[in-house]
Amino acid sequence: MVMDAVIQTVLNIWQMVPVALQTLIVIFAQIIAIIVPLMLSVAYFTYMERRVIGRMQARVGPNRVGYFGLLQPFADGVKLLMKEVVVPIKANPLLFYLGPVLTIAPAMAAWAVVPFQPGWVIADINLGLLYVLAITSMGVYGVIIAGWASNSRYAFLGAMRSAAQIISYEIAMGFALISVLIAAGSINLTEIVMAQQGSAIHWFVVPLLPIFVIYFISGVAETNRAPFDVAEGESEIVAGFHVEYSGMTFAVFFLAEYANMILICTLTALLFLGGWLSPFEGIPGLEALFAWVPGIVWLAAKIFVMAFTFLWFRATFPRYRYDQIMRLGWKVFIPITIVWLALVGAAVVAELPWWFD
Amino acid sequence: MNAAVKYLRSLLLLELLAGLALTLKHFFRPGVTVQFPEEQTPMSNRFRGLHALRRYPNGEERCIACKLCEAVCPALAITIDSEQRDDGTRRTTRYDVDLSKCIYCGYFEEAFPVDSIVLTRHIQYHAEERSELLYDKAKLLAHGDALEQQIAADRELDAPYR
Repeated sequence: MVMDAVIQTVLNIWQMVPVALQTLIVIFAQIIAIIVPLMLSVAYFTYMERRVIGRMQARVGPNRVGYFGLLQPFADGVKLLMKEVVVPIKANPLLFYLGPVLTIAPAMAAWAVVPFQPGWVIADINLGLLYVLAITSMGVYGVIIAGWASNSRYAFLGAMRSAAQIISYEIAMGFALISVLIAAGSINLTEIVMAQQGSAIHWFVVPLLPIFVIYFISGVAETNRAPFDVAEGESEIVAGFHVEYSGMTFAVFFLAEYANMILICTLTALLFLGGWLSPFEGIPGLEALFAWVPGIVWLAAKIFVMAFTFLWFRATFPRYRYDQIMRLGWKVFIPITIVWLALVGAAVVAELPWWFD
Repeated sequence: MNAAVKYLRSLLLLELLAGLALTLKHFFRPGVTVQFPEEQTPMSNRFRGLHALRRYPNGEERCIACKLCEAVCPALAITIDSEQRDDGTRRTTRYDVDLSKCIYCGYFEEAFPVDSIVLTRHIQYHAEERSELLYDKAKLLAHGDALEQQIAADRELDAPYR
């Protein structure tokens, strides 16, 4: 057959490639396989945001570019690409360009350990959750550097606010994650998902409901989204840390913000909503009915619901005052997570059915 | 006790959930946006848009150059010259409306006896130079001829209130 011959030739060529280069090509292909769908989702997430918020405000949202405005994200992208990147005269040029890079790099690097389906993960490392926590915390450096390098008061204030906020909520988030890994008995993301096997009531969202809420709200605060968007509060400090950025450097911040949002949604789905597991597992009848749905579709559906919630929050809540944000993080979330941590520990020791037996 | 209840309420996020419910309700309602070029907002028959000079059904222009409109115009946007015609009637030789001065008050419609100059519902016009905003008699008459049916219908609707 011709097809077999072609495959054979390709394999032969592949065999001739030196091993080091083979590794490099495989890694590159893996990166492409993550980044391209991610960037597409980010593009359509911005579109979804504008449409959803439009509907909630009794408007329509973008519907002119292409059918139903579906080409709007690309029109925006092209517009931003063609704009000039203005570097303020007193800015530090090196750091000014480094800021966006440092913001988007962690947002993408974190995806290396995210499992999309059994086996569909680039690096199935043991400390997956720790890696995610460490890498996403790096994002704050991009924000601080961008705000400082801009040499503008607004940018600097925004960066300071953003940094303080992200660090504060990191703690509540960390405690929330500790509860999850005590419940799952593992830090590996795949094993955390597998620990939630069974129907929807076996998911960690049920025994850890307050932790789930706190984790998601902390996630909203971490990504500087409404109602925690004081870092870019338009009415107070114009646009916060990226006020001096234009064109593609601004677009990179934008992409990073949305990539981070999708990452938070994915982690929420993995940690609390059973990842790629079907909600009907173990239920006679329904399980067989939905057996044909691949795991990644379930994961995508869960991510979609969480992403919708992000936009729903933005359309509903007014911006928090800065001291209220700090109060919520330090005086409400951290105590609750610590108390629940103790409860979860006791439940695991007592092997409480049916989650921890 | 009261404080404890209050604390519990805020912990359960009741008010936030109520807010979310409200926005979700609106999410499933249709928007109120009018898609302008395809859809138009409804317009009253008394709408005051672009001016037009009307004619009688026999083709004779209605204006008899009484100059009441010129007198009532608060913005001094109307300029009229008149002359006696060969058949002995008085008619305008010049009827200019400067749209850059006009404030679209419609006072002249109240002022004069014969409904000759009117404001129409036509709003989609533009000019690239100021001189194009000076509408002379020919332009006004042409516009009136084009929209005569709608103008007549609008006057008809409004007649009981005049």
